[in-house]
Amino acid sequence: MRMVMTGNYASAYGAKVSRAEVIAAYPITPQTSIVEKLADFVSSGEMKAKYIPVESEHSAMAACIAAATAGARTYTATSSHGLTLMHEVLMWASAARLPVVMTNVSRAMAPPWSVWVDHMDSVAQRDTGWLQFFCEGNQEVLDTIIMAYKVCENRGIMLPAMIIEDAFILSHTSEPVDVPDQELVDSFLPPFDPELKIEPGRARGFGSLVRPDQYMEFRYKAMLAMRDAHDRFLRVEKEFKQVFGREYGGLLDMYRCDDAEVVLVAAGSVAATAKDVVDALREKGQAVGLARLRSFRPFPHEEVRALASKVAGMGVLDRSYTFGAAGAFFTEIKGSVYSCQKRPVMKNYIAGLGGRHITPKILEKIFEDIQLTTKRGGGDEVEWVDVAGLPRRWR
Amino acid sequence: MGRRRRAAEEVALMAKTTIPEEEFAYPGSTGCPGCGANLVMRYLLKGLGERTVLSIPACCWAVMPGYWPSNCLKVPILYTAFEATGAGISGLRAAFDIKGVEDVTVVGFAGDGGTVDIGLQALSGAAERQTDAIYVMYDNEAYMNTGIQRSGATPWGAWTTTTPVGSTREYKHEPKKDIMAIMQAHGIPYAATLSVAHPEDFVKKAQKAKSIKGLRFMHAMSPCPPGWRLNPQLTIEVARLAVDTHLFPLYEIEGGKLRITRKGKGTPVKEYLKIQGRFSHLTDDEVDAIQKAVDERWAALLESESKGT
Amino acid sequence: MTKSYEEIPLTPISDSPSTMNMTGLWRAFRPVVDISRCKKCTLCWKFCPDAAITLVDGVPVIDLKYCKGCGICAHECSAECIEMVKEGTG
Repeated sequence: MRMVMTGNYASAYGAKVSRAEVIAAYPITPQTSIVEKLADFVSSGEMKAKYIPVESEHSAMAACIAAATAGARTYTATSSHGLTLMHEVLMWASAARLPVVMTNVSRAMAPPWSVWVDHMDSVAQRDTGWLQFFCEGNQEVLDTIIMAYKVCENRGIMLPAMIIEDAFILSHTSEPVDVPDQELVDSFLPPFDPELKIEPGRARGFGSLVRPDQYMEFRYKAMLAMRDAHDRFLRVEKEFKQVFGREYGGLLDMYRCDDAEVVLVAAGSVAATAKDVVDALREKGQAVGLARLRSFRPFPHEEVRALASKVAGMGVLDRSYTFGAAGAFFTEIKGSVYSCQKRPVMKNYIAGLGGRHITPKILEKIFEDIQLTTKRGGGDEVEWVDVAGLPRRWR
Repeated sequence: MGRRRRAAEEVALMAKTTIPEEEFAYPGSTGCPGCGANLVMRYLLKGLGERTVLSIPACCWAVMPGYWPSNCLKVPILYTAFEATGAGISGLRAAFDIKGVEDVTVVGFAGDGGTVDIGLQALSGAAERQTDAIYVMYDNEAYMNTGIQRSGATPWGAWTTTTPVGSTREYKHEPKKDIMAIMQAHGIPYAATLSVAHPEDFVKKAQKAKSIKGLRFMHAMSPCPPGWRLNPQLTIEVARLAVDTHLFPLYEIEGGKLRITRKGKGTPVKEYLKIQGRFSHLTDDEVDAIQKAVDERWAALLESESKGT
Repeated sequence: MTKSYEEIPLTPISDSPSTMNMTGLWRAFRPVVDISRCKKCTLCWKFCPDAAITLVDGVPVIDLKYCKGCGICAHECSAECIEMVKEGTG
């Protein structure tokens, strides 16, 4: 059924048609309408689930972990400080090999307080062993939730996944969204049936103490699962297209990259804007393309390297900063590109922190800058965009 | 080694076991010799039976079942993060309910630190949500698993590694957090104190708790020989003295009404304190202060019982 | 010998009884029961933290593979018929 809805409602509907059985809910701006909508679904009887109004995000994730261990399909949602509060148990969920699915409405960290979009909270979880999908539109949010359950509940994967919506830009902006029929989703997504689950009458301990000579092999297995999730995700998306008629370009969604001389890599809603900018610049004869980083985990090594080997210049837009060498995406992409025989000129643009707008005009200037830097054969590797007090004007 | 005399009449009464014989624990747990927590679990499971699922956070009991793949219990265990017991039992109960798994007793089994300090929020949340589960706090009165550091449940006057006595006498100067009062304030249907020196009372309360729905809270005193600087053979004796001195009274609160389940002899608290090295630095005045606090609390408990609150 | 990553489950599942842990090796003192004076009061069985005592016709049988020698049974025995004897002697 086609409706007009916000990204948050798309998340709620995604959890609903995926038949999530245990929902742990703690409110935080701008996720609140997700948990409110789910409360509606459960109280009206539309959704057969247990709704636990937990008293913190840490407990939200801990409750999902317990419920998933007992064999229930679980869902929760959070943002920013809620996500970072969960950090300890995010690591637990993935190391316990539990396919919890969560929406993170990506929002800036405090202080200063900000409710607006950036990706610091999300990328700070990249070491937790969670699959991470950045969405550019509301339909994608709903669809990726369904796909995530299918990818993650596979017995060879069994890792948790977060679906990332940009704060306010997706969470609170309405778009037309098709909510698939329940029967169709049921045909695509079977019930959760784990190999191992805690049950009364079976004396097993889950997650016990191990010695140094026992630990590393468990981590190795988790790494293999994340690696295998790459191919598994592509297969699931292909099947999704067959059943529902929609697809999103795999793990690295390439827009007009085939004959591009320079490309910009970006994630989230800004990528949608950048696609329009690509069209406008192409009209002017510039050979530019946009590669949307849809999956940060699993990291699309093959796709990134293939693209890097083809283009002369690659800009990476980060809505985050790692306080290391550069933004999170740039750091990992550059690391991946190192092993290519032919490498492009690369530059990192730190933009849009705390919800600062990344306008089409700014994106045009970024594309211009990539081209200029490529022609020069390099230059400053990291540039902060639109910071008052820096000499360069972007607006 | 020490011996203990018992009246002949008492001996004659005990012809067969006074608690269920079936064991739900194997030998080979890696708890210390004389570990009170081993007994807390042993008696608890005798009362709750086979269809019990435990949620255990970081604490001695996360380690005592042994290194993987060793499990010293005949029931399943979900190990969780430290502060998450209240959330763990909430998630387990929700999952069992939605999956239609019947006849399962969900139990959170946590230490004092993991309950009154870092775990208090999640416990409070689970209680407020009227989660259908039993929460057992085994109280050895410090963070014992990590090496005897003070917790909110460490009693006034105790030595711990983070409240060492030293020349400035910096032993613990704050009173013990009253977790039973905190849980009573949540309006839960059942709360009870348990002692390893009184297994019959213990098992009866566990069986009663099992029959009640909602969040049930059990506070079990768990003597710890290394942490209390106690001769391990005195674990039961110190627990017995705790009850007899009224320092750790045995009572239950059912539907808001308090009932003392064992009056205790009223032995001077000095008898309890003097067998534990962790109190050996206390002066007579300090022991008197403890006696006074114990007497006041006991009087308040008696008054509470008579008022029916 | 560490198990291969291919042979282990996704997460450590503890499903073997703890009887693999020979905690009897910890002992400094071991309990010796004088059965002739045992009153079959069952207190020793009741108070053993390690469930290392079984009752056979009401009389304790202490499993020395696991007994840690804590001495609770000796201390609580109503007949005073359990003695803690230093390991490596008598």
